[in-house]
Amino acid sequence: MFEFTILVIVISAFLTLYRMVKGPTIYDRILTANIIGTKTVVVIVLAGFVFKSPQFFIDIALVYVLINFILVLAFLKYVEKGRLD
Amino acid sequence: MADLVLLFFLIVCAVAAVVQKELLNSVIILSIYSLIMAVVWVRLGAVDVAITEAAVGAGISTVLFIAVLTRVKRREELTRIRLQILPLIVVLAVGLTLIYGTLDMPDFGSPAAVTNTHVVPRYLEKGVEETGTDNYVAGILASYRGYDTLGETTVIFTAGLCVVLLLRSNKKRL
Repeated sequence: MFEFTILVIVISAFLTLYRMVKGPTIYDRILTANIIGTKTVVVIVLAGFVFKSPQFFIDIALVYVLINFILVLAFLKYVEKGRLD
Repeated sequence: MADLVLLFFLIVCAVAAVVQKELLNSVIILSIYSLIMAVVWVRLGAVDVAITEAAVGAGISTVLFIAVLTRVKRREELTRIRLQILPLIVVLAVGLTLIYGTLDMPDFGSPAAVTNTHVVPRYLEKGVEETGTDNYVAGILASYRGYDTLGETTVIFTAGLCVVLLLRSNKKRL
């Protein structure tokens, strides 16, 4: 059951690749990175339940969420201001 | 099945990152690549590697790429692509040699693999009494391979110092 859910979520994340490759503006690609981040957090927690030790995997999921947040902030700051500081 | 989709995902990301002419797009696609790679590590059960990949591959190196992009032009120069035969042959030969080299490796997770039979049983037997920790990984890293870990820490410390020095000198010049 968890495996099937992982498969569905991974395929739904795969569909966003169209916007990543085609995406006319830069914001489509940033949104793709954000969506894939949120999808994969769910996949990581589900994989934790597949391996029957969710506590470690929830830790990674938290690290992952924070890094994805920093990533999107860095991209958007660069697009808006042209520099990072 | 989900693993196959993930690996196909990686191939699409790698090709797209190379093909893109706008460098910021390549950076975004590379960060997506690292995020997917972290999921692949999680699916293989390598949790610590996944944390490192997510933190370093997706986080720090992407921010460093963007920091480089603030100093250089954002578009790649348009170059005429032509098929070069000799490099293609060399790349294919090296790739096939590497694939041939993996044929001798033991099956994934096989209990007869050398890593599972050589020193690991001894660590598992004597680890707790010899190192005094209940965590085998910490015992192996900090006690049995203490000098190795010390060297790695020195390397990382030196790299961090170099980054700090480079960034400071850059700021002074501007």
